[in-house]
Amino acid sequence: MAPEPTLLSMSGITKSFPGVRALDGVDLDVQAGEVHCLLGQNGAGKSTLIKVLAGAHQPDTGTIRWRGEDVTLRSPIAAMRLGIATIYQELDLVEHLSVAENVHLGHEPTAAGFVVRGKAARASTAALLKRLGHPEIDPARLVGELSAAQQQIVSMARALSHDVRLIVMDEPSAALDPDEVDNLFRIVGDLTADGVAVVYISHRLEEIRRIGDRVTVLKDGRAVAVGLPAKSTPTREVVALMTGRNVEYVFPERPASAPGGTPVLEVRGLAREGEFEPLDLSIRPGEIVGLAGLVGSGRSEILETIYGARKPTAGRVSVDGRPLRPGSVRAAVRAGLGLAPEERKAQALLMLESVTRNVSVSSMSRFARAGWIDRGAELGAARAATRELSLRPDNPNVPIRTLSGGNQQKAVLARWLLRGCRVLLLDEPTRGVDVGARAELYAVVRRLADEGLGVLLVSSEVPEVLGLADRVLVLREGRVVHTAPARDLDEHRVLDLVMEGSPAS
Amino acid sequence: MTQPVSPPRDSADKVPSVNEAPAWRSLMFRADVRTLSLLGVLAALILIGGITKPDEFLDTRNLQLVLTQASVIGVVTVGMTFVITSGGIDLSVGAIVALASVWATTVATQEYGFAGILFTAVIVGVGCGLVNGLLIAYGGMVPFIATLAMLASARGLALQITDGRTQIVTVDGILDLGERDSYVLGVPPLVMVFAVVTIIGWLVLNRTTFGRRTVAVGGNAEAARLAGIDVRRQRLYLYLLSGLCCGIAAFLLIILSGSGQNTNGNLYELDAIAAAIIGGTLLSGGRGTITGSVLGVLIFTTITNIFALNNLQSDVQQIAKGAIIVAAVLVQRRTASTN
Repeated sequence: MAPEPTLLSMSGITKSFPGVRALDGVDLDVQAGEVHCLLGQNGAGKSTLIKVLAGAHQPDTGTIRWRGEDVTLRSPIAAMRLGIATIYQELDLVEHLSVAENVHLGHEPTAAGFVVRGKAARASTAALLKRLGHPEIDPARLVGELSAAQQQIVSMARALSHDVRLIVMDEPSAALDPDEVDNLFRIVGDLTADGVAVVYISHRLEEIRRIGDRVTVLKDGRAVAVGLPAKSTPTREVVALMTGRNVEYVFPERPASAPGGTPVLEVRGLAREGEFEPLDLSIRPGEIVGLAGLVGSGRSEILETIYGARKPTAGRVSVDGRPLRPGSVRAAVRAGLGLAPEERKAQALLMLESVTRNVSVSSMSRFARAGWIDRGAELGAARAATRELSLRPDNPNVPIRTLSGGNQQKAVLARWLLRGCRVLLLDEPTRGVDVGARAELYAVVRRLADEGLGVLLVSSEVPEVLGLADRVLVLREGRVVHTAPARDLDEHRVLDLVMEGSPAS
Repeated sequence: MTQPVSPPRDSADKVPSVNEAPAWRSLMFRADVRTLSLLGVLAALILIGGITKPDEFLDTRNLQLVLTQASVIGVVTVGMTFVITSGGIDLSVGAIVALASVWATTVATQEYGFAGILFTAVIVGVGCGLVNGLLIAYGGMVPFIATLAMLASARGLALQITDGRTQIVTVDGILDLGERDSYVLGVPPLVMVFAVVTIIGWLVLNRTTFGRRTVAVGGNAEAARLAGIDVRRQRLYLYLLSGLCCGIAAFLLIILSGSGQNTNGNLYELDAIAAAIIGGTLLSGGRGTITGSVLGVLIFTTITNIFALNNLQSDVQQIAKGAIIVAAVLVQRRTASTN
């Protein structure tokens, strides 16, 4: 018998969205019966890749071979017909339909072509649920009444209701308890024993160790490692691949003397139940403080709580010694905080508007008398602020959506520069920013600090935190596990801390 | 199964180059194209009117009539444009016009004369807008539902006030404004009010912080909030503004008809939304144009007039209106997808 050809092999897949190249020549091959793990940070291109695989996105270039034949996945239905099923992180179930109806959605067993045979649907659903180890889920119940873990089982039953050969699971363990995770792994084991391949996406390295066969690591839309052995590759190597040391960034020099003066930002006992534990931190003018940690360690939540976008369950934030009203963005902005959020497009930018209007949006009243905007003054100020940051193109009238990621980020910084803010909160400031543009952004941040701003920097790229910040707080699962000057830390030490959380020595 | 780590590719990744300045120019050009195409449609309609009924359509009195008819719905549409630009919707405008018009023409109100009628119409409009705004901005209700509820209640209250009867206006000052003697240089006072509301609306949307905040909230409410804008207060103000416009429109309608009726303003919400949308305001929010909305109103009113002059029934009018809405939105979708 001839050896079974590779089940799936994708090669040279590229996919661009306006302003961003999400995938840049990615290769992925999957064998029947293996668990192939896909690793990478947010924005590395994992979601785009699995959407291409699910037929939800069409690649710009590249080929997909399925069981030795070239195929085009024109639609999710086409992918499903071939036997590729995807279980998304955001479960795509219809809450107001029953379990059985969801499982058979789109391919209901029918009589006379259109009458749904409910009993048959429920029976086959019950069989699937039993196979998945959850016979207690009633096929007649509404999906909306089930727990998140049960909904995931339903989603999996839906995948198995087709003749499936490859299942893509996007962070399936994110919403699960430990024993539910065990059940999930048992299911994965059963599936692979039957020859079904699983593409498994997770941030949790220990899971990949337990069930993975091979690992492909994505970074910035490229596969930086293809088919590494999942069990024997050292953690450090995997993390280094994810966080990417393939490029040596140039970081600006730190000032010779440590920043002094009274803290501009003080955080005391700030906490949000279930997200992060009480946190103390203070930032002096001219100081850049970094928060290092993995996704899910509470980094963004801390930043947004300081900024008032989330209401703390305890603690307080003061700017220049004056406490802020908790949970009020407007109070924070008025006191001099500025946030460059993680999801630039969704949280910061007005995509239909020009650069000028994006920059001036937080300082409009400065150019207005009785609500009337002096557009000349507005344009002049926006031009001055964007020039100071060398934003390209040097024309603040262009629509912001035509700018590259790095320049869009500069526009967000220019917004706060114009506002005259005292503390900048930067959440993943170089996400979606070209490698070449990063050094420039680092220099801008350092220069703003030198001019007296306090900066709180969050990044999942450890070298970025170590290279840019003066002082680093290492986070693991919502808790600060270590605080030290950046120059006393190296990347390995930080990675050990964020992965293992060993107490500060 | 061990495979070597593939070497990192060349790191000089460039975002696909975007041609900046032309993109901007084409955006400006596109905005102009939209206005020009609306003007073109209007010109074509005038041409059709002039050809089919040369004497009647181009008659000064007829043109005055068209503009007067456009005034009432036009003022409503200006307010609606703000609401839609902010990503909201106001389904209650017609009902608010009805309620304001009957409340302002009760026997009791008419005793206070001209000022009493004007004041009541405006206050009722603003009051309804306040309720809408509070429910939506601070009560967390979806605009569609909150204003739908207002539609039902305001219509019901208007019927209760009038008991289904037409309330004739006896105040001379009001009735005089509808007479030809009050026209200034041939322009009816109603049309002047419409013009003033339009100009103020344009200035507020395009030249003030209020307009900017409206656009920002509609374009990306989360980004607006994180930029320090009080999104909820802005939403409240927007429904107040829409209510104010309805109050003014109710006053114009009282002048025009010399009466107040609970059936006034029937389906104004659909006409106003349709005019705003064909004018180029995005139903999803983030972009609004007063100029486009006013042209949309003029186009619809002109169609109605031409059809009436040619003795075509209103069913044909409705079909034509529907076709125009579909055509305009299809054109918008095309321009949006080429962006």
